[in-house]
Amino acid sequence: MEPKSVTRLQPDIQEQKPRRRYVFLMSTPALLGLFMFLVIPFFMAVGMSFTDQRLLSPNETSWVGLRNYDRLLNVSGMVQEPVRDEAGQLVLDGDGQVEYPRLRTLLRSDPAMADYKLFSSWDLGEKRYIVLAKDPHFIQSFINTLLFVLLVVPLQCGLALALALLINRQLRGIFLYRTVFFSPVVTSIVVVSIVWSFLYHKDLGLFNHYLQAMSFGLIGPIDWLGDPAWSMPSIVIMSAWQAAGVQMLIFLAGLQGISPDLYEAADLDGAGPWSKFWHITLPGLRNTVVFVVISTTIQAFGLFTQVDVMTQGGPQGSTSTVMYHAVTKGFREQDIAYGSAISVIFFLVILGIALFQKRLFDSKGDK
Amino acid sequence: MADLKLTQVIKRFGDLETIHGIDLDIKDGEFVVFVGPSGCGKSTLLRMIAGLEEITDGDIHIDNECVTRVPASKRGVAMVFQSYALYPHMTVRENMGFGLKMAKVSKHEITRRVDEAAQILQLGPLLDRKPKALSGGQRQRVAIGRTIVRNPKVFLFDEPLSNLDAELRVKMRVEIAKLHGELRNTMIYVTHDQTEAMTLADKIVVLRSGNVEQVGSPLELYLNPANDFVAGFIGSPQMNFINCEVLAVTADMLRLRFPCGLETDMPAMTANVKAGDNLKLGIRPEHVLEDASGELVICVDVDVVEHLGGSTFVYADYAGDISMTLQVGGLSDINGKDKREISFNRHYCHLFNEAGKSIGLRKDALELKAAEKMLPMAG
Ligand SMILES: Nc1ncnc2c1ncn2[C@@H]1O[C@H](COP(=O)(O)OP(=O)(O)OP(=O)(O)O)[C@@H](O)[C@H]1O
Ligand SMILES: [Mg+2]
Repeated sequence: MEPKSVTRLQPDIQEQKPRRRYVFLMSTPALLGLFMFLVIPFFMAVGMSFTDQRLLSPNETSWVGLRNYDRLLNVSGMVQEPVRDEAGQLVLDGDGQVEYPRLRTLLRSDPAMADYKLFSSWDLGEKRYIVLAKDPHFIQSFINTLLFVLLVVPLQCGLALALALLINRQLRGIFLYRTVFFSPVVTSIVVVSIVWSFLYHKDLGLFNHYLQAMSFGLIGPIDWLGDPAWSMPSIVIMSAWQAAGVQMLIFLAGLQGISPDLYEAADLDGAGPWSKFWHITLPGLRNTVVFVVISTTIQAFGLFTQVDVMTQGGPQGSTSTVMYHAVTKGFREQDIAYGSAISVIFFLVILGIALFQKRLFDSKGDK
Repeated sequence: MADLKLTQVIKRFGDLETIHGIDLDIKDGEFVVFVGPSGCGKSTLLRMIAGLEEITDGDIHIDNECVTRVPASKRGVAMVFQSYALYPHMTVRENMGFGLKMAKVSKHEITRRVDEAAQILQLGPLLDRKPKALSGGQRQRVAIGRTIVRNPKVFLFDEPLSNLDAELRVKMRVEIAKLHGELRNTMIYVTHDQTEAMTLADKIVVLRSGNVEQVGSPLELYLNPANDFVAGFIGSPQMNFINCEVLAVTADMLRLRFPCGLETDMPAMTANVKAGDNLKLGIRPEHVLEDASGELVICVDVDVVEHLGGSTFVYADYAGDISMTLQVGGLSDINGKDKREISFNRHYCHLFNEAGKSIGLRKDALELKAAEKMLPMAG
């Protein structure tokens, strides 16, 4: 407290000026990096998303307004009647199914609809409902990403908490476990992805071998990465395993911040392990949980490497993610303007979700 | 309401034995205080009674029932922690009712008992607050309230007041004494503040490095400390010790020589004493007179004088390296750096043999009082 009162006594200007200079001096390298690699590129991306710039192109770049965003987000719907003959009878195809007019012909014939492609359709009653999008891949990738986040966040956070609870005790050699659980984090995600691709292999993979051995041949073999129903869950499991170590350490720090007296008081109060977890550990970890969930969510939205290495977005687009789509469009197809538009939209979505989560946790804490 | 009995209780942490076979009998409704220097095992012993620390060897009985292997929650004890250990996210009401909730007591009954305890401790207006929004003293009361609600057989307190400021400490001490008066439960209280020990206890247990040194009422420990450790620990300021040499021994008298050469006779239990032994003579600061009016007069170099108004503390050196403290009632004319004669009377002296065991005659409060009146006092 002493130095503070001393500074108070001195005139503000004399004291503040050199200090402010140091503040700038010290933060310059970090700020420089932040601006060069984050802030400026971000604004460039925003600017580019209103143009038709391509990565390598002889053509002059020009402003196109909101065209990229329109292409990205435009979704439309349509209801089709089945094809009927002159008598008004339903025309059946070779398999005895009701026949509908060919969609492509329909879209081609209407200039306003020419840019739309089929995203999804389903038959209900004697009608066919069709969802159209200008970029169905993006919509699919967006849904995939949301699915990934919804699956991986609870799994990864739960796993991290469970591991933290397991190793939060004074046992000899506990640091060994800590290291083991943390080691996937320091392993390159590319390496991990390649190794897991082998583990997931349909015929040679370890998982299928174990599954079959343990179920006496009843289960599997599962085509983990080749089956659209399994491909995303497979990536979820692997990602959670790979990244949980970080959250585990954060939880561990949180756990060590809870006074052991509370557990002893609860012992005397007759609380069992479950009650102690529910009434002491979880409330004690509240702030940690908020931080971990928000940071994990944001991290999960950026899913790219695992997909790129293991499935390239397949099979049938079932593992394509927004990030993957952006990179594919922007760099592999060289449509950098469109890629930028994807990033901008994506940024807004993540920002919104992070703010929403924070609001949610904050309001819970107040009650 | 319960008796508590410890038989040969031992605690080892790994190879390190910190409690060495303690026997203790505590009667129903007694207020027992464990005192001792830091690290002597007070908390460990208390936690073993609570069931928070495993008992390496020996037995604990509560209400004639062996609870050595009974989990904490089933022993019928409740504990107030030094850190209060209130559940931070629960309101005061929830904190106090948590134990009952865990015991599956009905909501209605919980409310009733919490309200009752809140009434005793004047916590009524605070029931809906979180611990964060309470002062230290209020938190302490909540922690006590939490134990009252459960109506335990034995209350345990581990240095409950050490986090409070001096004023609040005195206030809470009185409240705890009042509480014991009202509830009449068995209470065990750990402290290293001996004022707390003296004022609260029916019975004080003095511990030193895992052993019981003496058990007795506060006055008993003050008048008849079993050894020099207890004598030094109980009473404030600390008792003065003077090394004396035994010159001659008779059936009930010792002839002693003080470091300054003074020779005198002193009544004692002389059974195991022989000429040439070194003894420790103890005299409490409040029994030293600031002039030569007492029976035994010695000369000291006064070092520092503290005038507190109501009393005066004098710190002096005797025979070179023995420090003597005097507590003089009221004001004193002693000045720092004086050379001065002080004195004391025989019946206030304590004698300890070379092993530290008391060999003085038993003192009795009433006899002391009577002896005091007969002696010529300084005028
Ligand atoms: N978990 C433990 N492992 C090893 N030794 C321990 C442990 N807990 C306590 N001890 C030792 O046991 C002895 C008694 O400790 P305890 O906490 O009971 O002392 P205390 O009398 O309560 O002291 P204080 O007045 O400082 O609270 C100390 O020497 C301490 O180092
Ligand atoms: Mg202690």
